[in-house]
Amino acid sequence: MAETRYTRDHEYIRVDGDTGTVGITDYAQQQLGDVVFVELPQVGKSVAKGGEAAVVESVKAASEVYAPVAGEVVEVNGDLEGAPGTVNEDPKGRGWFMKMRITDPAQLAELMTEDQYNDYVAGL
Amino acid sequence: MTEPSDANASPPTSPPDAPLRTTPLNARHRQLGARMVGFGGYDMPVQFPTGILAEHLWTRENAGLFDVSHMGQGFVVGADHETVARALETLCPADIVGLKPGQQRYSQLLNDAGGILDDFMVTRSTDPAEDGALMFVVNASRKEADWAHIEARLPAGVRLMRAENRALVALQGPRAADVLARHVPGVADMAFMTAVSAAFDGIDCHVSRSGYSGEDGFEISVRARRVEDLADALLAEPEVKPIGLGARDSLRLEAGLCLYGHDIDETTSPVEAALVWSMQKRRREEGGFPGYERIRRELAEGASRKRVGILPEGRAPAREGAEITTRDGRPVGVVTSGGFGPSVGGPVAMGYVAADMAAPGSELSLVVRGNALPARVVSLPFVPHRYARRVV
Repeated sequence: MAETRYTRDHEYIRVDGDTGTVGITDYAQQQLGDVVFVELPQVGKSVAKGGEAAVVESVKAASEVYAPVAGEVVEVNGDLEGAPGTVNEDPKGRGWFMKMRITDPAQLAELMTEDQYNDYVAGL
Repeated sequence: MTEPSDANASPPTSPPDAPLRTTPLNARHRQLGARMVGFGGYDMPVQFPTGILAEHLWTRENAGLFDVSHMGQGFVVGADHETVARALETLCPADIVGLKPGQQRYSQLLNDAGGILDDFMVTRSTDPAEDGALMFVVNASRKEADWAHIEARLPAGVRLMRAENRALVALQGPRAADVLARHVPGVADMAFMTAVSAAFDGIDCHVSRSGYSGEDGFEISVRARRVEDLADALLAEPEVKPIGLGARDSLRLEAGLCLYGHDIDETTSPVEAALVWSMQKRRREEGGFPGYERIRRELAEGASRKRVGILPEGRAPAREGAEITTRDGRPVGVVTSGGFGPSVGGPVAMGYVAADMAAPGSELSLVVRGNALPARVVSLPFVPHRYARRVV
């Protein structure tokens, strides 16, 4: 069963075997406002835990999206290029950013569970 | 994800620790669900729950209500129009003497080097009893400095009166005239850049047909204690929604209008800033304002750099501060405002480029996160102005 983990910077990673699907949370898209551009990494790129993986831009500002864990980018969501607003409409679903092969599954334990993340956001 | 930072939220002139001031509509903004940010020293709505894109498009199609009470309002008053106008003409390059009653102009306070200390709107009263009074609207972040600058340079018999007790709202968009006419009869017949003293459902106000969106619209100055009633009456109209500073910024950027501290500052001259249209012929020829030596030279020989519109060819916005180069990598300038234009449907920018790259069609690159993105110079505005042009 897929499990989703969260960073303090509002990225999620939904884990399925040794692959994770990465995006930003509903809280993050609300904070950003209307997303107008997403810059995705090259497939094959190696990213460190906490390393810059993508850029998401709203009307007013650009924000960096960080890799929740270390890994290799195996797929990116090319649909976001023509429809960046999908990130606002369905951040946990069709608005995903990239899929990565997870190098060190032990790093997942350092991330928040859904309950922990919900508590964290409630306290912001 | 990094915290999204609002690029224009806090001008460098605001001390970071100073407590934010509030406008008389602050409680109303919060009640309407606004997200508040610091701007020009004030706690202001950056967006309402519908978001910047929807607010921007609503204003272009209907009417948007903006709280601009953070801006500085004041009057310069003297014996008669000629006396007051002559005094002001020593500080700015516009024809103030030639203002007709009720006429409004855009101009700039200049320093001795011809740089811009602030930009402002000035209006001559329609009321013969108020002849010798000029009303000013200046930027929030600059108002204290502006008032001190003006006050220190006025001759005996001409004085500045700050209107601290006044609020200011803008109603912008193609439906603004219809809506406002329900409350202030006659406004639909006003010409662009004119003003009248009027009553809004019995509330005394000054109404000018002007704005900062590129659309037809009005700015309404009213005593602070009455602004909530006035705003509520406008917000009750089906064509009107509240609009925050985020959409105000994207609207003015698409309209090619300057934001002080970004597109113009103490180093840029009105010629470099492509504001020659705001310096009337008599002033350009006669001078008599600070920095005229530089401005006369730039008018005659051309400025070495110029503010231009820049259209990125791809989808990535280039933000303020992005370097501008030729296609082969020679640095030629910097982006001063940039973002996403909701009506354009893509990224738009303004910036200063070397004179030899300023012609529309010039091919440039914008350096964004280390990548050179192709772009070209275009004529401003990005979205055609739809002002109510009509003879007074």
